[in-house]
Amino acid sequence: MNDKPYEIIIGLEVHVQLQTQSKLFCRCSTTYGQAPNTQTCPVCIGMPGALPVMNRRAYELALRTAVALNLDIPEFTKWDRKNYFYPDLPKGYQISQFDLPMSQNGWLEISDAKGAFEPKRVRITRAHLEDDAGKSMHDEAAGKSDSRIDLNRTGTPLLEIVSEPDLRSPQEAKAYLTELRLLLTYLGVSDCNMQEGSLRVDGNINLHIDTPDGKVATPIAEVKNMNSFRAVERAMAYEAERQYEVWCEKKIKLGDKPGGHKTTRGWDDGQQVTVKQREKEESSDYRYFPDPDLLPVIVTAEQVEQVRADLGELPAAMRTRLESTYGIDPYDSDVLVNQGRELVAYYEELATASGDGRRASNWVQQDVLRTLNEQQATIADFVISAASLADLLKAIQAGDVDNTRAKDVFEEMLRSGSSASDAMAKLGIEKVDASEAESLCRELLEANPQVVEDLKAGKMKAVGSLIGQAKQRNPNVNPGEFKDMCLKIVEIM
Amino acid sequence: MGGSTENSAFKKTHNPWALGRTPGGSSGGAAACVAGLMAPLSIGTDTGGSIRQPASFCGVTGMKPTYGRVSRYGLVAFASSLDQAGPLAKTAEDVALLLEAVAGHDPCDSTSANVPTPSYTASVRQPLQGLRLGIAREHFGDGLDGEVDASVREAIKVFESQGATVRELSLPHSKYAIATYYIIAPCEASSNLARYDGVHYGYRTDEKAMLAELAEERKVLEGAGDRAKLEALDTSLVRMYRKTRSEGFGAEVKRRIMLGSYALSAGYYDAYYVKALKVRRLIREDYDAAFKDVDLIIGPTTATPAFKLGEMNEDPLAMYLQDLYTVSANLAGIAAISVPCGISKSGLPIGLQLQAPPFEEERLLRAAHMFQQATDWHTKRPN
Ligand SMILES: [Zn+2]
Repeated sequence: MNDKPYEIIIGLEVHVQLQTQSKLFCRCSTTYGQAPNTQTCPVCIGMPGALPVMNRRAYELALRTAVALNLDIPEFTKWDRKNYFYPDLPKGYQISQFDLPMSQNGWLEISDAKGAFEPKRVRITRAHLEDDAGKSMHDEAAGKSDSRIDLNRTGTPLLEIVSEPDLRSPQEAKAYLTELRLLLTYLGVSDCNMQEGSLRVDGNINLHIDTPDGKVATPIAEVKNMNSFRAVERAMAYEAERQYEVWCEKKIKLGDKPGGHKTTRGWDDGQQVTVKQREKEESSDYRYFPDPDLLPVIVTAEQVEQVRADLGELPAAMRTRLESTYGIDPYDSDVLVNQGRELVAYYEELATASGDGRRASNWVQQDVLRTLNEQQATIADFVISAASLADLLKAIQAGDVDNTRAKDVFEEMLRSGSSASDAMAKLGIEKVDASEAESLCRELLEANPQVVEDLKAGKMKAVGSLIGQAKQRNPNVNPGEFKDMCLKIVEIM
Repeated sequence: MGGSTENSAFKKTHNPWALGRTPGGSSGGAAACVAGLMAPLSIGTDTGGSIRQPASFCGVTGMKPTYGRVSRYGLVAFASSLDQAGPLAKTAEDVALLLEAVAGHDPCDSTSANVPTPSYTASVRQPLQGLRLGIAREHFGDGLDGEVDASVREAIKVFESQGATVRELSLPHSKYAIATYYIIAPCEASSNLARYDGVHYGYRTDEKAMLAELAEERKVLEGAGDRAKLEALDTSLVRMYRKTRSEGFGAEVKRRIMLGSYALSAGYYDAYYVKALKVRRLIREDYDAAFKDVDLIIGPTTATPAFKLGEMNEDPLAMYLQDLYTVSANLAGIAAISVPCGISKSGLPIGLQLQAPPFEEERLLRAAHMFQQATDWHTKRPN
């Protein structure tokens, strides 16, 4: 991947907001974007005397995700308090899971459809549930140092998914995130909207550098504030280069004192650099202990099996199946699966009804997706049913309409919502009778002796002008069939 | 906090029997107002004995129900795994009345037990046949006041005269109860009290003075060119927390927050908190074993009658020992009641403690009522 004498080591921590109606320990709504402090109650603002009650739905969604990520689900898990002071944390502690998380030791397989890296299993250390903190808004505009606190988000259920440091390039990091987001979307557990904070990524990165004295590791940096997958890719690439430069200059290794400890850096998207952040005052002694207000959660093996049975087909399995069933290649299956379950269902119906998986794949990827993109719509709102589009594809196969005119038919179907045959009739498309086509062909060959000469001399491109003339005379002429006919006639002339 | 109300954020409460003495604590006010006939019923909270010790000192009947019997929702948490609200009243019958009203499952409290609530008022007057009482050796050791000892033994005879049998038993781990309690309770308290941070709840330091103080310190350090100290200087947020919590909490509360924070710190957690949890389980197992042979455990509620206000101020450890006989019930999560069983020569009430297995409040109330049918200590009032 790189010609520098080092290996990049990346592990990612992803916080995913679970798609629940209410918060993790109270009944407040989780709707995004409401007026500050309107979605709060005594529980989530930490009012003395209020007590948390676990949201079962949040636990189910977490369990679903954990099973899909091949994580082990222990029978017994508990809630722990993570104690620290911060203005957006009204209780003075976050309810999280420390030594007995709800899941651990799983993996997610990543690959690149264009083969940029070898497919690999990225190990996942653990996934655990916790409640989110609120939001601090620093209002320094008026020359004041006041901060405002919005507690709407406080108590929102988060699933923290921690990977092992198995990623070896910024591309792999991005691929991991893309695959993870796709999986979460297929599971229906999160909307993964990074702008609204429902998916947040922190990256831990360092380098293993080859030196004459063997491999050395650079100090680990934890990079925050990356608000898109592209930002993650760029931040990781930047950070790798920065760490190498620092190494060349200062030769500080991981664990060296001073300077070898883990640091926190923030990605500045405007400057495209990472910036060292002020270290937290209270360092990292969170004084975890089991939350006495909550009961441990017991999950039986039967429950886990039930969750597994209800997962439905997941992206990796779906890609493989589409490739083997419809004969499409990994790139195409990847594009289709990335669009989500509904589009894949549309594709499958189209492929089956038209009997041509590849043609169906091309039409979905080009015409259908382009249209959806233009209309800012989803497949659920798409005017042309898979059955109707299959009729058009069959007409193409039968030679009733050529590819170019088929696009017109598609547009007409889109505009009027009519069937393929009605749209073709409306456009006056009908199959040209074979004898009619042949006489047109002979007529044009006679009128263009130079073309005949060229064809006889092997200049096959010359036939193009004849096709053009034929289409002017009769737009229904099928160019492919017409070309074959011309060549056949010239051959026996 | 503590066993005397002297650490109250408001004012001290005096014992109606002797105004120079403590009513006990921390629910001393709840006990004193019943003893002083200001209220027929009151509710207290008991984390290590805070209902039973004041009930004993004030000559009223007070019960700590089983952990989970009464919802903790709305109760300002001190030590969440030990806290339990319960009734105080003049008689067992009145306690039954109030308990029946407040007991029961609450879906808003995850630790509230989902078990049926018996009708205590319907059963409280039914005497217990063949009652088997246990006397824990550990409740009659050094430090037990002679008058208290005599009153409790007299009370046991009353039960015997009503057909109860008595046997001696041992709760071998009870000697560790105070130590265990003073790990677990401060740990939980240190976390529960974190929200009183000046941002969300409680007192907040004077902001202008705080900022001025910081600016002054910065100026001095800048003048001295001390870069290391400048870098380590508090942010205004940290200073706000520091001053708020230093000024806002009293000495006893701060002592407990420090104890708890220390015990939960990395490197000490296993040695203190985890070990305390293990001992807690052993204490519960002592009770489980004891209750195989007896129905109730009988003994003193406190080692002495009410002490003088101010007597324990300089000695937090002596104050902690006030909970010696009561704290085990909180650690084990069982039910216990204190009923008046005598008056000392100096005219102070003496309390008898009965302990029962989890969710056997009915048994406690019936036994307490039996006792109150045969004695009149509960009818005595301060002059
Ligand atoms: Zn809420």
